[in-house]
Amino acid sequence: MPPEPLLRVQGLRCGYGRIEAVKGVDLEVAEGEIVALVGANGAGKTTLLRAISGVLPITAGAIRFAGEPVETMRPHERVARGIVQVPEGRQLFGPLTVLDNLRLGAFRRGRARTEENLERVFSLFPQLAERRDTAAGALSGGQQQMCAIGRALMAEPKLLLLDEPSMGLAPFLVEQILETVARLRREGVTVLLVEQNAVAALSLADRGYVLETGRIAHSGTGRDLLGDPAVREAYLGV
Amino acid sequence: MAELVQLLFAGLTTGAVYALVALGFTLIFQASEVVNFAQGEFVMLGGMVTVFAYQAGLPLPLAALLAVLVAVATGVLLHRLAIEPAKGATVVTLIIVTIGASILIRGLAQLVFDKQFHALPAFSGDAPLRLLGAAILPQSLWVLGGAAAIVFGLWLFMERTLLGKAVRATAANRLAAELVGIDTRLVLALAFAVSAAIGAVGGILVTPITLTSYAVGTLLALKGFAAAMLGGIGNPVGAVAGGLLLGLLEAFAAGWISSTYKDGVAFLVILLVLFALPHGLLGRRAVERV
Ligand SMILES: Nc1ncnc2c1ncn2[C@@H]1O[C@H](COP(=O)(O)OP(=O)(O)O)[C@@H](O)[C@H]1O
Ligand SMILES: [Mg+2]
Repeated sequence: MPPEPLLRVQGLRCGYGRIEAVKGVDLEVAEGEIVALVGANGAGKTTLLRAISGVLPITAGAIRFAGEPVETMRPHERVARGIVQVPEGRQLFGPLTVLDNLRLGAFRRGRARTEENLERVFSLFPQLAERRDTAAGALSGGQQQMCAIGRALMAEPKLLLLDEPSMGLAPFLVEQILETVARLRREGVTVLLVEQNAVAALSLADRGYVLETGRIAHSGTGRDLLGDPAVREAYLGV
Repeated sequence: MAELVQLLFAGLTTGAVYALVALGFTLIFQASEVVNFAQGEFVMLGGMVTVFAYQAGLPLPLAALLAVLVAVATGVLLHRLAIEPAKGATVVTLIIVTIGASILIRGLAQLVFDKQFHALPAFSGDAPLRLLGAAILPQSLWVLGGAAAIVFGLWLFMERTLLGKAVRATAANRLAAELVGIDTRLVLALAFAVSAAIGAVGGILVTPITLTSYAVGTLLALKGFAAAMLGGIGNPVGAVAGGLLLGLLEAFAAGWISSTYKDGVAFLVILLVLFALPHGLLGRRAVERV
């Protein structure tokens, strides 16, 4: 029997009031993988990530993480176990400084490793070191995204959920962010990556899922999905 | 000159209590967007529990400590039993919930205590100090010093500790706070607890001057609210400034016009702020959001 994946989502349903946005999703992420989740606007990608983090209640299904059911845990308990999200639209603590944002990222981790992890984030994103005392809300878009990723890394993620990290960024910044994702994987972080930029995401990923109005429409290796005519036509605009 | 100094001190002393109530409003509002009209009841509990514990034979400092603990427990219960279950309700609903809670707390206080006015002995005697011809009660200095210590302590907590920063983070972006692993429910409970403690200390400090009864909370809540509005609700510096200013306005209105109008000042302020300065004197926006 193969070892259990790091994350296993089964039959997940959730939504907003009477609107069901995720309608029975099965998804797995194995340790060390980059898995891409792509799909049109409004497909339910963000909703699915919210459910995995526990900030949105689910109505049915199961979420197992590292062999443990987590679907009834509160968000902070999931962060403590290593499920950490970089949300859509950065969601920084705008009035607080960059340094405070990063320190708060380590809220569930010991003080001892905070300084070490800060150095790691600053070496990954030197621009953040320069602007450590600036209010996060005053950063440029690219720096805000770096701060959001850095804040998540401070929590020492086992599974990093990235929701459209390249949204609204200039092309060279998009490249930089995606390179960072690849580098994080080499450092042992498992990544579930949601991207509008499906070609880039699927090229980077080991495997991918295509979400269509709350259901998984296609899944496979990144290469297979990139080569699948149905996927290409519907999502890759080619 | 003597009259001016006299009014100034009278105004600052009541203003300091309004400032503490306004600070309590602000703290809870920032963390949860709840406008807690039960804030005045914490001040009442501070005074009343101290009075009765003191009369029962406890030394004054212990009686005061007990009063703070009772207020904190009340604040935490208010959050747990009334605010948390109403999560997701509209702002207006939550205001009605807190008004209901304040009526309940007042009713219980009337049952447990009584309907009389009560005093506490002044902490360092009643002999007035002379300053520029004015007579200043030593208790006034206790109120001003105590309020200043609380404001400074709260500032240290919010700016210098990770837990304080977690409170500010929750205020700035609750979703993000949950995603970094802050237990936002606990943060809200903490905000209620700290607000209750601040209010209770205000009540303890001022009772030797103003006396207290089970019913003082209502008016204090309104005035603290007026002070918070004046300073721009959600802004702690504004809350303190608004409280002091409201206290001064009342004192000078009472001294120079007529004491009949004293309580009217707060309502006039609420109306003027609503019409002319909807974000208060110091507030740019009602809440900081990214
Ligand atoms: N806060 C919300 N309240 C109500 N409906 C929402 C909310 N957020 C998203 N939705 C709806 O849920 C569906 C999925 O949205 P979302 O998960 O944001 O999609 P994606 O991230 O794939 O663009 C959409 O139909 C969207 O309109
Ligand atoms: Mg989305």
